[in-house]
Amino acid sequence: MIVQFLCRAILLGVPILYGSTGEIITEKSGHLNLGIPGIMYVGAISGVVGSFLYENACGNDIEKMNAALAILIPLLSSIVGAVLMGLIYSFLTVTLHANQNVTGLALTTLGIGLGNFLGASLISITKSELPSIALTKTSSFFSVKAPFADKLGPVGELLFSHDFLTYLAIAIALVASYVLNRTRVGLNLRAVGENPATADAAGIRVSKYKYVATCIGSAIAGLGGLQYVMAYASGVWSNNAFGDRGWLAIALVIFALWKPSIAILGSFLFGALCNANNYIQGLGAETQELFKMLPYVVTIIVLIITSMRKKREYQAPESLGLPYFREER
Amino acid sequence: MKDKAVAKKKHEPLFHVVKRDDLAWWQVWLIRGFTIVLGVLLVIFFSMMITGKSFDKTFDIMFRGVFGRLMKGSTTMLWKYLQEIAILLSLALALTPAFKMKFWNCGAEGQALMGGLASIMCMIELGDRLSYPVLICVIAITSILAGAIWGLIPAIFKALFGTNETLFTLMMNYIATQIIAYYVYIKGGGSNVINPVEAGNFPKVGNNDYFVNIVVVAAITLIMYIYLRSSKQGYEISVVGESQNTARYIGINVKKVIIRTMVISGALCGVTGMLLVAGKDHSINVNSVGGQGFTAILISWLGQFNPFIMAIMTAIVVFLRIGVAKVADTALLNSSFSEIMVGLVILMLVGCEFFVRYSIKFKRKKEAKA
Repeated sequence: MIVQFLCRAILLGVPILYGSTGEIITEKSGHLNLGIPGIMYVGAISGVVGSFLYENACGNDIEKMNAALAILIPLLSSIVGAVLMGLIYSFLTVTLHANQNVTGLALTTLGIGLGNFLGASLISITKSELPSIALTKTSSFFSVKAPFADKLGPVGELLFSHDFLTYLAIAIALVASYVLNRTRVGLNLRAVGENPATADAAGIRVSKYKYVATCIGSAIAGLGGLQYVMAYASGVWSNNAFGDRGWLAIALVIFALWKPSIAILGSFLFGALCNANNYIQGLGAETQELFKMLPYVVTIIVLIITSMRKKREYQAPESLGLPYFREER
Repeated sequence: MKDKAVAKKKHEPLFHVVKRDDLAWWQVWLIRGFTIVLGVLLVIFFSMMITGKSFDKTFDIMFRGVFGRLMKGSTTMLWKYLQEIAILLSLALALTPAFKMKFWNCGAEGQALMGGLASIMCMIELGDRLSYPVLICVIAITSILAGAIWGLIPAIFKALFGTNETLFTLMMNYIATQIIAYYVYIKGGGSNVINPVEAGNFPKVGNNDYFVNIVVVAAITLIMYIYLRSSKQGYEISVVGESQNTARYIGINVKKVIIRTMVISGALCGVTGMLLVAGKDHSINVNSVGGQGFTAILISWLGQFNPFIMAIMTAIVVFLRIGVAKVADTALLNSSFSEIMVGLVILMLVGCEFFVRYSIKFKRKKEAKA
């Protein structure tokens, strides 16, 4: 029971982890990307379109499908879709100095619309009775488990029973943490986010860093959408099912104090909180609805506590949200 | 020598960006107007691409989807259009004082939902106990209070500790959503639907359901214009928005202004919730506001804090939303297509601000050679 609960928490937490790792990298360059929910949507639907086309090309026959292609095609299309969204965002905010909040929110509108439109179009192509599209074959490739997971009992199930995108998420978060804190590139990126004018004077190419950070961040966030569809929902896309996970990812950035390594544990905690209502005994359906607000309440509490303590290393990058124009000092 | 020249040429950018001196207001609006026209044309073009219909036909469907058979004297659709504008505009108006203060209130959705919740609770619980005028008054007061409280909570923490308001208000949306889900579950007997309530509906004027809503929002538009432009509080808001240090220096109590402005902002969102519940749906569910809180943020920003321009922007956005959805509908496509198009036009408008604030100077050939 407890193992099942924890596994479920991890599964639910991973899309949020992808989203917030991506957002942390973006925010370190000084850009508050509120388009992340839309970007995750686009990442998810691009992956769905990619695997849909591949499944159809193979005549919907799992025997003909190549495992490597079945994974690579959705993975790449998801990344491409998300990076395109990231490029729109960075072109508008970096090159055109547009307002970041407004751009991000418009991008979210666009992304969710795109996801629902393409999703609905695919559903009408398949002429399925249900308002969803099932890619269970592709999903089966994504959710291959380590063969020795079952033999090791509960510990094995907890540590080794997940799909590879889950491990990838943790790996990406750890690598991001290392790059941000231990390498020159990370140091430069943080400098850009803290004070772009100083970074510029030191010879760092500010715009390039901002572009690259935003696009890499978007690509990672897009994978979160893909993980949600392929692993959590076992390959079933239905419109609006992704819900508000994108906003939770942005909340997790603050919860994790802009540190990807803390985000790993934070995302599992969020997953557990999202799921707690199903595991507490004797809750009526109406009280379950109240329990679903737990992750948001916890985020608010963390938000308040961090703002009260005012420790410098717990704060957002100094110039987060401010546009940088070289000739204006 | 030749190599050096080539290397030097590489480093010379083709153009550079210069900050403009202030443009005349008509030049600014020429740029924005041009962008809007371009955006609408693009939207029609994309609609033509996916539906395969001609330009005339597409525009015709859009126009009739929004205005109905106006030429034949039927005004039902027109009133619906005005009603949609009223709801979105009232949310945008509610956010504007907060934005002018540089307080990113992303919680319009939650504040409106709480206002709506107060309305529906009054309608259900007190509907048969109070006389009609008293009931309407109670609905108005409780809705405004509920919205104001939902706006007050993040404002207090912002004023005292500088807590990030963007995320705080965002999270408050989802808490409001779950409270609504809880209430709807209880009252709807587990069906996720509350049947329309008869008591406490706004009166029909003539044969028109939405007249009251539209008049209320028109009044708010006018009052907000005067409030921001000519009142002392409006002045304080703009000073706090420009620079908190300046505000402190000239003796404005910044904390008080932040809290007061957010109470006003939340209260107006509460009014929107009341208009939605008592004036339109007579019921409530988690999607009653339907993400319009975010669109309202965009409208408020596009309108440059001017309520009348915001009204025009709302009219355009709602026209696109309904019209494109109709086009997609007639071609048996999903109506989310309209969200994409609205997003596209807004992104274009966001981008065009660049040309308002900056100009691009191309390197002339002669200079490059010299």
